[in-house]
Amino acid sequence: MRVNIKVVLKQGILDPQGKAVLHAIRDLGYNNFTNVRIGKYIEVELAHNNSPKIKQELEEICKKLLSNPVMENYEVEFKE
Amino acid sequence: MRVAVVVFPGSNCDHDAYIAYKKILNRPTDFVWHKETNLDGYDLIILPGGFSYGDYLRCGAIARFSPVMKEVLSKANKGIKILGICNGFQILTESGLLPGALMRNSHRQFRCRHVYLRVENNHTAFTHQCRKNDILHIPIAHSEGNYFCDAETLTALQTYNQIVFRYCDQVGNITDEGNPNGSMYNIAGIINKGGNVLGMMPHPERRVEKLLDNDDGLKVLTSTVETFIRNN
Repeated sequence: MRVNIKVVLKQGILDPQGKAVLHAIRDLGYNNFTNVRIGKYIEVELAHNNSPKIKQELEEICKKLLSNPVMENYEVEFKE
Repeated sequence: MRVAVVVFPGSNCDHDAYIAYKKILNRPTDFVWHKETNLDGYDLIILPGGFSYGDYLRCGAIARFSPVMKEVLSKANKGIKILGICNGFQILTESGLLPGALMRNSHRQFRCRHVYLRVENNHTAFTHQCRKNDILHIPIAHSEGNYFCDAETLTALQTYNQIVFRYCDQVGNITDEGNPNGSMYNIAGIINKGGNVLGMMPHPERRVEKLLDNDDGLKVLTSTVETFIRNN
């Protein structure tokens, strides 16, 4: 089993990378897009599928290491 | 006074800090590898600049879990002085010893140049050799120095006089032009409530000899030495 984790900047926090990409999209001639936000995508393979602690451990890992709660939010998604 | 310069994989301003304390200020100074778990006997611990762990994930995010950091946290709680410069500042915010975060520069560019800093608080262990509103001319070299915190934290920083350095222009005005990275409130350096942990993006250890333009950085480093002499 695999877990996909997305880490994104909180709303309202300036994302200079996203802004630069939006400019590039416009330079390519696409004018239907108004906002780009860039985040991180992290895949984690699980050693044991059924450990009851997995959810709690992932929450801890996301809070402690994978995201910085001052500026980022995260989402955890389980994949078979 | 004994000084520890912590070396993480990817630190690259460790030698600057070492030379500044050892050769310029003549203080016993040691490099301490990040695997070390005992920092007994040190009166000042420096987390130097660089790119610890290649800045993977976020700047300082992995270094904060290095074995030595548990001991740094413990020493910080006992009042030992901790100075985090550039990547060291990032490690201090990641570890929670200082509030806020250092985000990507608002203009997306790496900036390596001199900036002007205004000393906002000269009643700290790191700045008492400066006068209030002194202007220091020292270098920055970073991509992620854009200080951010929520409104509540900013108010607290102001209330408790924790903002130590702000980016300014040549004559000390706080302006957008003087701000090299988009930092909130032009913040360049802050101190914890206890007054023993300081983080700053600019590099005082790179300006310690008149030969190199000026020695403004010495004011910060000699403050730490004088603090020790006063207290012992």
